[in-house]
Amino acid sequence: MKSYECNLCGYVYDPAQGDPDNGVPAGTAWEDVPEDWVCPLCGAGKEDFTQIA
Amino acid sequence: MAHGAKAVEITKDAYWVGAVDWTIRDFHGYLTARGTTYNAYLVMADKITLIDTVKKPFGAEMLARIASVVDPGRIDCVVSNHAEMDHSGFLPEVIAAVQPQTVIASSMGAKVLARHFHGLTEVRAVKDGETLSLGNMSLNFVETRMLHWPDSMFTYLPDRGVLFSQDALGMHLASSERFDDEIDDHVLEWEAAKYYANILLPFSPLVQKLLQRLGGMNLDLQFIATDHGPVWRKDQGWILDLYDKWSRQEPTRKVLVVYDTMWGSTAKMAEAIGEGLQQGGACVKLLPLSASHRSDVATELLDAGGLVVGSPTINSNMFPTVADVLYYLRGLKRQNLVGTCFGSHGWSGEAVGQVADIMRDMKVHMIGEPVKCQWVPDEAVLDQCYAAGLQVAEALPPCRECAV
Repeated sequence: MKSYECNLCGYVYDPAQGDPDNGVPAGTAWEDVPEDWVCPLCGAGKEDFTQIA
Repeated sequence: MAHGAKAVEITKDAYWVGAVDWTIRDFHGYLTARGTTYNAYLVMADKITLIDTVKKPFGAEMLARIASVVDPGRIDCVVSNHAEMDHSGFLPEVIAAVQPQTVIASSMGAKVLARHFHGLTEVRAVKDGETLSLGNMSLNFVETRMLHWPDSMFTYLPDRGVLFSQDALGMHLASSERFDDEIDDHVLEWEAAKYYANILLPFSPLVQKLLQRLGGMNLDLQFIATDHGPVWRKDQGWILDLYDKWSRQEPTRKVLVVYDTMWGSTAKMAEAIGEGLQQGGACVKLLPLSASHRSDVATELLDAGGLVVGSPTINSNMFPTVADVLYYLRGLKRQNLVGTCFGSHGWSGEAVGQVADIMRDMKVHMIGEPVKCQWVPDEAVLDQCYAAGLQVAEALPPCRECAV
């Protein structure tokens, strides 16, 4: 599964870890992260993320 | 520049070499009533290191303070913990004048600096947790992203127990004293709270995580050297505990009544609501916006449990000062508030609905119906206001101390 980096603040979404604090369980692929999820660091939307690996 | 400016020793081999700005009162919209300092620090290790710089016009003052310890040309390494221009503004000049072997920033710091000072390419990005040897001492780097910028980073000097924490844990306070124990505690608490409320509050969940991480690192914290205000050396736990409290954003029985008025009607309503709140056992602060700066309203909101906002309607809109403060507070994302809104109008009366929309967007739990009044409030309207105050007071959490 691919990781995605926030263009605004540099936060990396790692599917293996997910974002459990904000309702995204570990193991959630980027495509399955809810569309209204926002960057836990800076609040950017999914559209502001770029695939990195 | 202050003639005769000298460095101040924090501990052996570590010096404050920053600048004091006694004049500034408007810091990007934050009322800095007591001025500020731009702190830079010099570490006299084998590899002489400068941590952060100052706002550009204060560069000569910083260089003079460094020169009281060592020829600035002997600096080997410059660390940029935070790329904001009150700390990086003089960085390009320092690099040009000193030509250090190494310029360090976080990975985001390197990017952010490059977008500030176009052509600044000599910055080396360090990783979170990386250690840099300075010969007889070393530095550890801790990324603190979004506290309060993407580039933000702490630098720790384990050999002397100094944590260079950039803006976090700081305050805007100009003083000749350089240490917390030389300054009145109430001044420190107010200015640190004001700084937290206006700069760090939106990132409170990250502050909680950082405090946990710092706790787990078991650092020998002898000094916390921030980028603004005094160095903490008396009781580091005091400011860390305050950050823990503020970042939890637990509601209290304090309620702000924030309003403006054109011909005194909305003010009369505010006062009646205030009386009702007080009768209901709330701790009330009336903040008329003709007399209250947005950054002071934010500070008062930090330890509140309720927010009540009043606005007259002017040309089909809320009053401009009310719009200003609401937009500002919305960005600060204070959680766990109850409240309501109110206002007087002449004919169309849109303001109260507009205020309510923004307050709901701020996730303020709205209590009861907003009180709207056409023209001047009579007894019946003021009774409604008083009752609204009582109703909001009832929605507050019980008082821990007095069991109200």
